[in-house]
Amino acid sequence: MAVDIYKYLREDKLPHIWCPGCGHGTILNSLVRAIDQTDIDPDKTVVVSGIGCSGRAPGYLKFDTLHTTHGRAIAFATGIKLANPELNVIVLTGDGDGSAIGGNHLIHGCRRNIDLTVILFNNQIYGMTGGQYSPMTPTGAVATTSPYGNIDQDFDLVDLTRSAGATFVARGATYNPRQMTKLYKEGLEHKGFSFIETLDQCPVNYGRKNNIGGPTEMLDWQKEHTVPASKWEKMPEEEKEGIFPLGVIHRKDDPESEYTARYQQIIDSFAKEDE
Amino acid sequence: MSKKEAVLLQGDLAVVEGGMAAGAEFFAGYPITPASEIAEGFARELPKVGGKFIQMEDELAGMACAIGGSLSGKKSITATSGPGFSLKQENLGLGIMIEAPVVVVDVQRVGPSTGLPTSPSQGDVMQAKWGTHGDHPIIALSPSSVKEAFDLTVKAFNFAEKYRQPVILLLDEIVGHMREKVILPDADEIEVWDRKRPPADADKENFNPYEWTDDLVPPMPDYGTGFRYHTTGLFHDKTGFPRGTTEDAKKLMDRMTAKIENNLDEIILYDEDIREDDNIVVLSYGSTARSAVSAVNEARENGLNAGWIKLKTIWPFAEEKVSKLAEKANKIIVPELNQGQLIREVERAAKGQAEVVGINRYDGTLIKPEHVLAEIEGVK
Ligand SMILES: Cc1ncc(C[n+]2csc(CCOP(=O)(O)OP(=O)(O)O)c2C)c(N)n1
Ligand code: SF4
Repeated sequence: MAVDIYKYLREDKLPHIWCPGCGHGTILNSLVRAIDQTDIDPDKTVVVSGIGCSGRAPGYLKFDTLHTTHGRAIAFATGIKLANPELNVIVLTGDGDGSAIGGNHLIHGCRRNIDLTVILFNNQIYGMTGGQYSPMTPTGAVATTSPYGNIDQDFDLVDLTRSAGATFVARGATYNPRQMTKLYKEGLEHKGFSFIETLDQCPVNYGRKNNIGGPTEMLDWQKEHTVPASKWEKMPEEEKEGIFPLGVIHRKDDPESEYTARYQQIIDSFAKEDE
Repeated sequence: MSKKEAVLLQGDLAVVEGGMAAGAEFFAGYPITPASEIAEGFARELPKVGGKFIQMEDELAGMACAIGGSLSGKKSITATSGPGFSLKQENLGLGIMIEAPVVVVDVQRVGPSTGLPTSPSQGDVMQAKWGTHGDHPIIALSPSSVKEAFDLTVKAFNFAEKYRQPVILLLDEIVGHMREKVILPDADEIEVWDRKRPPADADKENFNPYEWTDDLVPPMPDYGTGFRYHTTGLFHDKTGFPRGTTEDAKKLMDRMTAKIENNLDEIILYDEDIREDDNIVVLSYGSTARSAVSAVNEARENGLNAGWIKLKTIWPFAEEKVSKLAEKANKIIVPELNQGQLIREVERAAKGQAEVVGINRYDGTLIKPEHVLAEIEGVK
């Protein structure tokens, strides 16, 4: 059955501002398809972002949407969710936004296991500001601020969020939108902190400058550098180097450990005293 | 009116009591001396009435989270001191830009940097006005006693809600940590204002979240009530969407400024005792006002023509009032626990009509009444 994705989009705001070949639109598309497959109420859904090309995504979505400051979306979202746990709160963040300036909020969001769905657009570069390196830029890659090759090490955000306490952790890639939709859907339905890293392409500021090529070649690169999580687990360590597992990587279903549920127990304990 | 007993209350806890009386429902913050008691108080009180408290990972997050709570429709507050106040500035700017009601408490300690963590200061007066980048309106209130801390917290919430505006409550370490006997008003004696929300039958499809209403304060829907509107820290038009044109930028800035400037009579609060013949006026605010008032009283006993004015609202500055004072007075004395911050505003308003003299301490020591008295007596 055809999905009417436009009912979730602000059509009058289209076309979007992203460059031709940018992967951000693919993520947006998968997200609305995923929302359509859940039974969440669009009137009770809030989408929050920080700053970056990815930060512009909420502007195209027909929900309550909030475009905040660079890196802080999870902190704003935490307030929105805790103040009204009925709301479905989605955070859209870039790799710079979510893992550099906002890295601390990401860790603490995971630790609280507050019921947010965080989708991180990992294009391995600062797109909006013209191609400076991010914490997700691979060692050796060229960026405008690493003209001689990046000497930093990149994060493994899946490992990081898992050990910080996120209860749903997954990785998708824009070359496989079907899987992305599935992962987003599961993340949206999961009660607790859901983190879905999505490998994404910025042909303008990353692909061309690192001799990977344009969007098509970048998607090919994704295909060559990813394997299903189930396969990855069985791979010998030396083969894992530079290869990313895709799919659900970690999941723990324990709705009672979710942050707003825990806080509600405190409130309820006072209500009982009054009875 | 019921006969109530006086309670012994600390200034920081008076902020908690005042907040609860004003209907606070949400606190997000990060601990710091001398403001931690405020967080601790809200952590204790809020869940009892179904409200929420959260300790965030830093003050950036505290400010952001409090604004988030406000967007979900709850009356929100955060509290900090100097180093944390610096961290809050960027998100405070977002709060101003998106017109989110929120109360930001800064219990001032001596800076810069870690400074003197447990000593009083009024060093953040200009930061309260200019701390976040760009031109912007702000309201800042400064209590001088425990009772005023209670009353002005209620006011801070009311102003925040009425004007869709972050309101700063500037305490200093003395007022924050001092204990005084106070009689707190009953709930029915306290005026509590709520933000204006769009009517239930509003046209949600064509709703403009930043509409130009007569009072220049657009009604604010709670998230999750079907308006599905957009909010951004970028300059935006009435639809809430970014519009980078100079014309729209100016329009928004002018409206945000005017919503405060049109209501100065309501917002600017002060107490004064200035007699017809008083030609010396001591202008003070916060804990310094205590020494100012007692010095004036003593000067009067000595037959001097001195009066006092105590500003409870620092920003917007009581420009017109001070200008009028300067027409009559020969001298305005401005004691401050800083190197001279609000005095610049006093000089500006006085326009050379009266001599303006500062008394300044910035070493963590109080200004004593005798310091002020000496300055008053210096005048023939
Ligand atoms: C406090 C602050 N610092 C820096 C910036 C400048 N800035 C805007 S977007 C951005 C990087 C965005 O990169 P990323 O999060 O990876 O998103 P992308 O643009 O690639 O989608 C930076 C550094 C800012 N807006 N605010
Ligand atoms: S600069 Fe990169 S991330 Fe930004 S819109 Fe263009 S392709 Fe996308």
